[in-house]
Amino acid sequence: MQRSRLAFWIFLAPVLMWLLLLIVLPHLDLLTMSFRGEDDYGDMVWTFQNYMNFFTEPIYWLTFVRTALYAIITTFITFLLAMPVSFFIAKLARKRVQGALMILLLLPFWVSELVRIYGWMILLRESGVINYFLLNLGIIDTPIEMLYNDATMIMGLVYTSMLFMVVPLVSVMESLDDSLIEAAHDLGAGQATIWRTIIIPHCKPGITSGSIVVFMLALGNYLTPNLMGGKNSLWFTEQIYNQFIASFNWSQGSAFGFLLLLLSSLIIWVGLKVTGQKLGEVAS
Amino acid sequence: MIRSLPRSKSYDWSFNFFILLYFAFLFAPLLVTCVLAFNDSNFPSLPWNGFSLDWFIADGPDRIGLFHDEQNLRSIVTSFQTAFFVAIFSVVVGTCASFLFEQEEFRFKGILYFLMLAPLVIPGVILGISLLLAANTAGTFFDERFGLDFELFRPSFWLVVLGQFSFISTFVTLVVSARLRKFDHSLEEAALNLGATRLGVIWHITLKFLRPSIIGAGAVAFLMSFENFNTTLFLVGSEPTLPINLYLQVRDGSTPVINAVSLMLIVGTSVLALVNLYFTKKEE
Repeated sequence: MQRSRLAFWIFLAPVLMWLLLLIVLPHLDLLTMSFRGEDDYGDMVWTFQNYMNFFTEPIYWLTFVRTALYAIITTFITFLLAMPVSFFIAKLARKRVQGALMILLLLPFWVSELVRIYGWMILLRESGVINYFLLNLGIIDTPIEMLYNDATMIMGLVYTSMLFMVVPLVSVMESLDDSLIEAAHDLGAGQATIWRTIIIPHCKPGITSGSIVVFMLALGNYLTPNLMGGKNSLWFTEQIYNQFIASFNWSQGSAFGFLLLLLSSLIIWVGLKVTGQKLGEVAS
Repeated sequence: MIRSLPRSKSYDWSFNFFILLYFAFLFAPLLVTCVLAFNDSNFPSLPWNGFSLDWFIADGPDRIGLFHDEQNLRSIVTSFQTAFFVAIFSVVVGTCASFLFEQEEFRFKGILYFLMLAPLVIPGVILGISLLLAANTAGTFFDERFGLDFELFRPSFWLVVLGQFSFISTFVTLVVSARLRKFDHSLEEAALNLGATRLGVIWHITLKFLRPSIIGAGAVAFLMSFENFNTTLFLVGSEPTLPINLYLQVRDGSTPVINAVSLMLIVGTSVLALVNLYFTKKEE
């Protein structure tokens, strides 16, 4: 087809501006800032001190490890919950119900994460709705504080990222030919065998893309750990926020930010390598 | 077992029960938020003290309803303005990007494509801090070199718009690209043979074809901007958007006014999401 230089530049210019000014330069700035520090005279110098602080202060790297670990647990629980749900929608529900279920599934996720977490807080807190019912039904005598612990926080993280696991899983399950399962059934395979040898292997691309997105969202989440996790359940994004906004120590915050970026890129890269996928495929 | 295979009663029953539980889990926090917006009580909790519209229309001095609450109303307006500009900018640049990546060949295309996808794997918090840093660096540079002071380089309305734009454009690009891939190029070739210029073809034919996906992507961009928290948190100046404003209120103790705001948000986004869904369905 005929090429037009003008058209090419009209497309390229805004895209270059966007990617260079808003993606590349800021992240280079983040990297350089993370190596800046003050010497004894208060002058700006290049230093590894910010990274040293991270490794010498247990609170920092422990939070880091904790965040990564909990993000992985969240991803796994989300996967366990999403699998039967997507199987139901793709393979069990009648065709008419299917569409309605998909809409129902999508709707809550268009509502701001904050509103959803707020809803959970009203439900779970000491003076909350669940405690009210438990007390009135005589199941408990004194209200239980269900907020501000790790289990609740993980539940919140699972809740906020559920959709990003279910949608890719439903779409890969829909592409699975029913006759494969029928054939396996006729040949005498049990439920477990069918899941292990047919359904799971077929769903692998969906599982990978869902897991990557859920992991990313959990790792970079600020709201849910902050509002549901309470005082003693630190999340690494909170450390970054504290360095930036509370302590005004931007270079320390940059170092933390860069470490988080490294961690998320690394785990996503490993995930893609292990399953032999490309980022472009996962995204689309 | 799937639709076409015989299933036992208990299998069906337990599966249906699980799905019911799942949807209860999905909607419980939203439902309870909406219901408590009408409770005649000073706290967003049970017992139910009767139906009241106070949290929407009360005009002080004891209770101030949403429609008289300056702070919340202003943040809603700010969110609308932000989402409007983000949607416009990201649709324009995202459409350019999909033309660039789908229809043009050039050196470094692979690198640029990778950079375009990068915002998908950068946690929102990191995007926020790196942009804050870059804006600060640019502000200092212009101030020291030219003695110029730009509002843009401090946390402000436009910085929030830029921050959200930087990753929402990626989603727009992916949506529009998917549609562009289905475009029948013989239409373009016919027009070119009849003497149209490349830009003329794009304007009269390709963009007409892309219109539904551009509108859809615009709606998604609007919703994503409206509910964004993580990136906005670091860039927000004296005009908080709705999620930020709600966060501050939820953190510092809440009144049912937040329930009223949440209810409006749930209804508003649901309507917009359903309208968007209806049009994408019709297009298919």
